[in-house]
Amino acid sequence: MDNEEPQEVYVLADDSREAVFIAEGVTKVYTMGEVQVHALRGVDLQLYKGEFVVLLGPSGSGKSTLLNILGGLDVPTDGRVRYGDQDLSAADEAALTAYRRHHVGFIFQFYNLIPSLTARENVALVTEIADNPMSPEEAMEMVGLADRMDHFPSQLSGGQQQRVAVARAVAKRPSVMLCDEPTGALDIGTGVKVLDALVRVNNEMGTTTAIITHNAVIAEIADRVIHLADGRIDKVYANKTKKSPGELEW
Amino acid sequence: MRAINKKMFRDLWHMRGQALAILLIISSGVALLVTMLSVVASLQMVRDEYYAEYRLADVFANCKRAPDGVAERIREIDGVDVVETRVVVGVTLDLPGVEQPAVGQIVSIPDGEQPRLNSLYLHEGRLPQEGSEGEVVAMHNFAKANAFELGDKIDAIINGRLKALTIVGIGLSPEYVYAIQPGGLYPDDRLYGVMWMNETDLSAAYDMDGAFNDVVLTLQPGASEGDVIRQLDMILEPYGGRGAIPRADQQSYWFLETELSGLEEMGPMIAVIFLGVAAFLLNVVVSRLVKTQREQIAALKAFGYSNTDIAIHFGQLVGIIVLAGGVAGTAAGWGLGSMMIPLYAEYFQFPELRFYMPPWVPVAGVLTTAIAVGIGTLSAVGRAASLPPAEAMRPETPPTFRKTLIERIGLQRFLAQPTRMILRNLERRPFQAALSVLGISFGVALMFLMYAMFGVMDYVVDLQQNVMHREDVEVTFHEPRSRDALHEVESLPGVLYAEPFRSVGVRLRFRHRDRILAIRGIPDDSKLERVLDQDLQPITVPDDGILISKALAESMHLAAGDMVTLEALEGARPVREVKVSGLVDDFFGVSAFMELGALNRLMRDGDVLNSVKLTIGSDAETALFEELRARPGVASAATKGNMIEAMEEQIDEYLLVMIGMGMFFAGIIAFGVVYNTARISVSERSRELASLRVLGLTRGEISYILLGELAILTVLALPVGFLIGYGLLFLFMDSVNSEVMRFPVMVDRMSFALSATAVIAAAMASGLVVRRKLDNLDLVEVLKTRE
Repeated sequence: MDNEEPQEVYVLADDSREAVFIAEGVTKVYTMGEVQVHALRGVDLQLYKGEFVVLLGPSGSGKSTLLNILGGLDVPTDGRVRYGDQDLSAADEAALTAYRRHHVGFIFQFYNLIPSLTARENVALVTEIADNPMSPEEAMEMVGLADRMDHFPSQLSGGQQQRVAVARAVAKRPSVMLCDEPTGALDIGTGVKVLDALVRVNNEMGTTTAIITHNAVIAEIADRVIHLADGRIDKVYANKTKKSPGELEW
Repeated sequence: MRAINKKMFRDLWHMRGQALAILLIISSGVALLVTMLSVVASLQMVRDEYYAEYRLADVFANCKRAPDGVAERIREIDGVDVVETRVVVGVTLDLPGVEQPAVGQIVSIPDGEQPRLNSLYLHEGRLPQEGSEGEVVAMHNFAKANAFELGDKIDAIINGRLKALTIVGIGLSPEYVYAIQPGGLYPDDRLYGVMWMNETDLSAAYDMDGAFNDVVLTLQPGASEGDVIRQLDMILEPYGGRGAIPRADQQSYWFLETELSGLEEMGPMIAVIFLGVAAFLLNVVVSRLVKTQREQIAALKAFGYSNTDIAIHFGQLVGIIVLAGGVAGTAAGWGLGSMMIPLYAEYFQFPELRFYMPPWVPVAGVLTTAIAVGIGTLSAVGRAASLPPAEAMRPETPPTFRKTLIERIGLQRFLAQPTRMILRNLERRPFQAALSVLGISFGVALMFLMYAMFGVMDYVVDLQQNVMHREDVEVTFHEPRSRDALHEVESLPGVLYAEPFRSVGVRLRFRHRDRILAIRGIPDDSKLERVLDQDLQPITVPDDGILISKALAESMHLAAGDMVTLEALEGARPVREVKVSGLVDDFFGVSAFMELGALNRLMRDGDVLNSVKLTIGSDAETALFEELRARPGVASAATKGNMIEAMEEQIDEYLLVMIGMGMFFAGIIAFGVVYNTARISVSERSRELASLRVLGLTRGEISYILLGELAILTVLALPVGFLIGYGLLFLFMDSVNSEVMRFPVMVDRMSFALSATAVIAAAMASGLVVRRKLDNLDLVEVLKTRE
């Protein structure tokens, strides 16, 4: 549970740093049958280059919706999202596809590997359409799975599958990594390995990384922690000292 | 290979059972289409070459006897190109080792030379030499059926006199591609043969010196066929002209054309059925695939694969199945076509009948398939492409169930939980259930169609044999004879009962249409030959007026009650107005009937007949034929047994092959559809069924839930299939029915029973395959994967 006090509360914008994402008044309303669901109710947010952010919040707080919009998987009902110079909220399908193809690495709670492809081929799926990718082998090396290259997803443990997903996400050398509950389906040991891989990518490649979790402990490895509740940003704080994933206890 | 293509191939491998089933159906459709089109193309090509190279005449005419000088007047007709006059004689043949009476036609050729029109193609041997006697060229199939070789001798009775013939050549003529004996329907090569003989030789034997009784001619380009025929008829009328006919009405030409146009219509129709089913199945399978791959599609999109990439990905999968089906179908079509061509050679005599597949045929086959399948899968592929990536990442909302109608009306206490599951599942997705029912019903329909066609054939043969034609033997005379001839035949050994008949060649006119045909005169109390009304019930021929085939009425646009003009083409050639007193249903050719007395009154030549139908004692045949052979006036004596045999042989050899082929392919459809439906159910519900197994249900119990649903779908599909099958039968018969032959649309109980049995068997077979899948359900694995 969230029992640690925030060390310092940030203002949302910090003009001294280069903002990768700028979100202003982002609203998302889903119509499900006759019910309207307000997933986001006006979110203002900036993410900075190279920072490691953890998005915390209970189920239904709007974390995933926000991440999907930042990743170009979805568009806001209202408000604006800019990625660098590009206005994602006004982009068409083709532009969003190109944005995802060239800039974003995704990691999902349930890995979403293609079951009919081996680990290496799952990574190749992305490197084949990226501009300046590393080789699938190199990416697998980075996540410590060089010896599992030709295994199918069904032959890998959950943690290994998620590390393949990390390899698949980093292989294109993305500018941003967006991870939706990357350890949600894993135990501590394997979860730590996955987080290790993510931190390593963030450190070595300077990739802006955002992780959604409802596990508050993970927040200790972040530069900055953003709390969402009921479709709004509840609070934002920075960690004065980052822990490494190995130091986490949960 | 790119990773995404590897995925496609592995997906394909994963669904190989279903893919194979669809591939089979596609290739069946393509095979049938390609076969039909190629056979038609082969026949057309050979026909065109043959007709052109061997100069088939444009107009055919026949008269009693015209002096040779008349030929000059015919040559002078405006628009006539080449004229050839000939002697054509019907003869009785005494074939070594053949008991039944055989008949033939001898056609004269210029002494020792090829005729200028309707030239002969010689398989072996030579033409009769100038000045030789009794040398003939025999028609190929006739020689083959009787195992004749060059040098063999045959006795022919020409004009009542025995003449010994020697076969010096075996050949063919474009005039006799389809050679049948007058009044026959199917070639009976053993008992009917055409031969060619030197004109001098034949004229001498038939007392036709300095005269001819047959003329064929070609037209100059641009000449009016109708005008030439009118003038030719005028010239020949004084010489007993029986009315000239254009090539289109010439028997052999007409049969071949009708057969070809029937085939041409049938091919696409069959293909449409198969490809429609294939398209439907692919739609179901691809839709299902897209549904199970929602998250994979979403992930691909999240990595930056565009909508087009996704559409191409699934399109390729479909494309491979279509292409493989097209290639396999074309290959199978090649094989089937090559097998069918020799069958045609039995009936249609061409110099060389070889299988030929024009390059456009397989292209057309694959294109048709691609279009059908494209339409079928467009929506599913489109759905895959347009899946919003974020949406796809969320699991599908659980389906909403409600109590079924049966439960709402209070019958639930009779239903166990598994039965409720079956019913709710069906009622929840009525559209999907309806589609499955429709798919299976196509299998039922095709089976039904094939069995029903069998039934119709049986029925027609039975009607022909036991209702319409009940004689044992029909004796035909060269010329009309008085009543004495009846008594003469009656008194022959072994004859139990005899009835007189008469056929008169006429031109039937109604408004601007006319048609040459024979009117059949039947005694009003006839027991041996009866005509059927439009409900296929035997009726008595009315004392006045004329009954005509419905098919003829349709082609001449006339109805019962209309007055038609009859111009007799023999005797005193009277011209009379006669009322059409009714329409009759018959199955082959077109005919007209009058009461014998009425026909004789119309002809004003007394109480005459030209054929007698007989019933005879059980082993009287040999002695009777011996007697008949010695009588010069007898043109032919035909046993009904032989005709029925010829007909059944045709049905066996040709129709059985066609229907057998159809049944095989119908079985493929039935199995393919049921198997696919079952496989999809398994993959959709394996999780649910595994959960039930975990809860303690036995394999039998979960099989019941799945197979019970399949059983209900199959049972529902039966009546729907019968209905579609009946519609198909109607369409099919409509395309087959022609002036050459017509079949009534009727179904017997066996068709229902047999087609239902076949489809239920197919359903059970696929049920067993699926049951094995269920038995091997890995409980832990299924529950672990998140659907």
